Amino acid sequence: MRAVPPIDWLAVAPVAVLGFVVVAVVMLRSLVRRAGWVTDAATLLALAGIAAATAACVLQWREVRDRGAYQAVAGAVAVDGFSVFVSIVVLGAAAATLLLSRRYVSVHRLPYAVEYLVLVCCSVIGMLVMAGANDLLVVFVALEVLSIPLYLLTAFDRRRRGSLEGGMKYFVLGSFASAVFLYGVALAYGATGSTALPAVAGFLARTTLVDAGTLLAGVMLMLVGLGFKVAAVPFHTWAPDAYQGAPTPVTAFMASATKAAALAALARVLLTAFDAHRADWRPAIWGLAVATLVFANLAALAQRDVKRMLAYSSVAHGGFILIGIEAASSRGRAAALFYVAVYAVMAVGTFGVLAVLARRGERFDLTAFAGLGRRRPVLAGVLTLLLLAQAGVPSTSGFVAKLGVFAAAAQARSYALLVIGVLAAVVGVVYYLRVILTMYTGSVTDDTEPADGAAGEGGAPSEPRPRVDAATGFVLAATVAATLWFGLAPGGLLDLAERAKLLF
Amino acid sequence: MPEFPVLSAIVAVPFLGAVAVLCVPARRAEVVRSLGYLTTVTTLGLAGWMLWDFRAGTGTFQMVEAHPLVRSLGVSWIVGVDGFSVFLVAVTALLFPLGLLASEGITERVKAYTFWFLLLEGTILGVFCSLDLLVFFVFWELMLVPMWFLIAGWGSAARRYAAMKFFLYTAAGSAFLLAAILTLGFLHRADVGVLTFDVRALAAWDGPAPSTARWLFAAFMVAFAIKVPIWPLHTWLPDTHTEAPTAGSVILAGVIIKMGAYGILRFCFELFPQASVDAAPIVLTLAVIGILYGSVVAAMQRDAKRVIAYSSVAHMGFVVLGLFSLTVIGVGGATFTMLSHPLTTGSLFLVIGMLYERRHSRRIEDFGGVGKVAPRLTAALLVATFAGIGLPGLSGFVGEFLSLLGAFLTQRWWAVAATFGVVGAAVYMLWMVRRIVSGVPGEAVAAFRDLSGREIATVVPLLALSLFLGVHPRPVLDRIGPSAARTVARIDDRTGHRSPHLDRVPVEVGTARHDRAATPATGGGPVEGGR
Repeated sequence: MRAVPPIDWLAVAPVAVLGFVVVAVVMLRSLVRRAGWVTDAATLLALAGIAAATAACVLQWREVRDRGAYQAVAGAVAVDGFSVFVSIVVLGAAAATLLLSRRYVSVHRLPYAVEYLVLVCCSVIGMLVMAGANDLLVVFVALEVLSIPLYLLTAFDRRRRGSLEGGMKYFVLGSFASAVFLYGVALAYGATGSTALPAVAGFLARTTLVDAGTLLAGVMLMLVGLGFKVAAVPFHTWAPDAYQGAPTPVTAFMASATKAAALAALARVLLTAFDAHRADWRPAIWGLAVATLVFANLAALAQRDVKRMLAYSSVAHGGFILIGIEAASSRGRAAALFYVAVYAVMAVGTFGVLAVLARRGERFDLTAFAGLGRRRPVLAGVLTLLLLAQAGVPSTSGFVAKLGVFAAAAQARSYALLVIGVLAAVVGVVYYLRVILTMYTGSVTDDTEPADGAAGEGGAPSEPRPRVDAATGFVLAATVAATLWFGLAPGGLLDLAERAKLLF
Repeated sequence: MPEFPVLSAIVAVPFLGAVAVLCVPARRAEVVRSLGYLTTVTTLGLAGWMLWDFRAGTGTFQMVEAHPLVRSLGVSWIVGVDGFSVFLVAVTALLFPLGLLASEGITERVKAYTFWFLLLEGTILGVFCSLDLLVFFVFWELMLVPMWFLIAGWGSAARRYAAMKFFLYTAAGSAFLLAAILTLGFLHRADVGVLTFDVRALAAWDGPAPSTARWLFAAFMVAFAIKVPIWPLHTWLPDTHTEAPTAGSVILAGVIIKMGAYGILRFCFELFPQASVDAAPIVLTLAVIGILYGSVVAAMQRDAKRVIAYSSVAHMGFVVLGLFSLTVIGVGGATFTMLSHPLTTGSLFLVIGMLYERRHSRRIEDFGGVGKVAPRLTAALLVATFAGIGLPGLSGFVGEFLSLLGAFLTQRWWAVAATFGVVGAAVYMLWMVRRIVSGVPGEAVAAFRDLSGREIATVVPLLALSLFLGVHPRPVLDRIGPSAARTVARIDDRTGHRSPHLDRVPVEVGTARHDRAATPATGGGPVEGGR
């Protein structure tokens, strides 16, 4: 009988803490059925868990800095700068999601508020594992752990057809993609004899495959699976529906945390295990990046619904991040990480504003934004800044992020991708500016009754002016501060991203 | 004791002012206005200090400051001015307080207006001061945002369309610029081993392979040509100039389109001398087409602002003609025009804006007989017109004459063709002025009041300065000349190009490998020396 592998508790601490929180919250919920304070207590518990997990990540960072990166749990998990960086991004996004959800859940009277919290925490567990997954099978398990709660969360607003539809599409296509990924893992295992990333990399470095067909087929199938989670064109089709249908805080969570975790897995698998075959996968990533940049930006241009437009824009941001991965260099990795972190902040903020503005039916027709600059100057200002950042305007973090991936492309001499990227960024400017333009100069006739008239659902005309509670206000203020801070003084975060190296 | 960082202060003060404006409650419009004046006048004072400190007779950068900013990207804060940029900085600092003065009529959302206006000033000054390509790009791109908000928020009827067109045109050009800047920086790194975007270091480098250099030159050139604008990339300009609020038009025509010409001079000529020489015939042809086309189309317009807008296309054609003559006289003349055009076009836009405020129309046919009703307004319009046409004795003449002269030395037939543009300018401008000034005043025009004290204070400084420079251009030419000579000598040195009469001009070649100058210049020291 094989002994249980020794467990490095620090390595699994973030996951363990959150697992404990999940169990505790479920217990609490089952023991105290009726009391109203359960939701508050559960929220506090979850936030405390996230804070503790973040603290553990900081300890991990110091450990890695002092003693170098290492593997844990029998090589299943890597603890390196990369995993810690991504974990902190995921945890930050999760905390923001919980804060945004508080108001949203009560205003929209979503049932099962506590279960909602549990699902978010479960998904975060999957993402944390994914950030450090050092084995193809662990990647798969993490993928499932993070996805299944997300399917449920997407469909959480059962009374709304869009939510159910989005959840269903996400579920069907997502399970399919997971299966394809697993098939790819099997083929790669057949070709290399292992699923552990270091073993695969070692094998490929030592061996020249006469016929690499099986291996390449495996890599490509894995790319399909991960490309689905990243929502890279042509595997993005679920994203607009799921993003639009999901309750808006969940959309913020998907756009920030899920994207970060999926890109982390993609980068780790490609840059470590299959680094020897970079000449084979770089063209594939190139194609994914170009297709994503071109299609997603053009599709976003055609949208009338702002939330759907932002969904496509989120897909487009994935394309920019892929530029950094395509460079297959340390600069490219750092640029992709920086972009992931910065985009997570922007996405949380942007969807956070939408969550405040959301009325019944979750319709965000462009005309509903007319005159927002006059009605809600502060909210409009926040949205303006975040949209400008997404557009990549200098002095915001979005510019530095784009600059980073473009610089990586220039260094890797991918000039065609560089030019396509900068042009895609210009196209992107159009749809972001269109929203801003509507907010400040939209025709006055639309001012009096925005969303309801456009949505045609006849919502109560006396619906109260949406208020911003303290938690949401805190999140929005934090995202604005971070967006400006990383835009004006990006040195610190760039430095961290650079030091967030992979295990090998 | 370290010297006071004048240039950094010039760039920083408008930004600080903008932040200060943000902190004032929107109700207190008068506080916002005073803050705006305080900021712009302080900047103007600093610019005056800079002019005072600027030494004539040397073509190198002065008042240089350099601090590393983001090490991993090789970005540094490097500012400095030479004969080309020093006057652009000064004229920018001059136009902004006058622009605020001209915006007194704006009563809606004064706080936001002032905020964007100050931000605009900071970004434009940043463009002219930065010597780091990436920082330059940041300011270049950032400038679009305040300008976009000014047009979209306070423009006239078709402002949404105009704002979008302006943003897209310029952003599309900048996309290529960014790609080229990054490529250049990393090619430099691959060759030399240091990642830097310092334009002085990149210029001192031998440069990428000639074929690569041509591509990069083309990418830079597209961005700058859109901004100048060079025909056929000019179509954003008439829409934007027409729809922008008066102060926006003044700034657009005054300094923003100079950024393109400045970019050509500072970056295309310095970084890609051979490609610049090779491309000269094409660019010259486009410039001449622009001059003639601008003149003809301007004559056809019924909207007074559009006339001035198309005249700007023609005037900028002269600038490009002078630049790509690649002679000291031509480059100097082009730079002089870049200084004089803000004064003349700025005053024209101001006067048209005053006409608009009285009649709420820009159609030329709605006026007529203004001369009888408002003599002082008419006088301002006439002087501005003559300055714009290039009447000797006013500043427009000096720059245009020198540009044509320089072009005549090397590119005779282009210069000959361009001369018709001078005649064309007289035709469309005088025709417009005649229709506005003479005739029997209609009912609406008869009610015109003459210029108020504020309006006189807005427009007279520009006209006075134009007159001064027209009569006594020497102080300016003395400071532009050495920089022009240095740039042209550098191009000659790096390429097979030989510009005439270079040996007659006092030259100080800072970075050239062997000094072709016949007369040693006063002062000197290496480029890095600065002050």
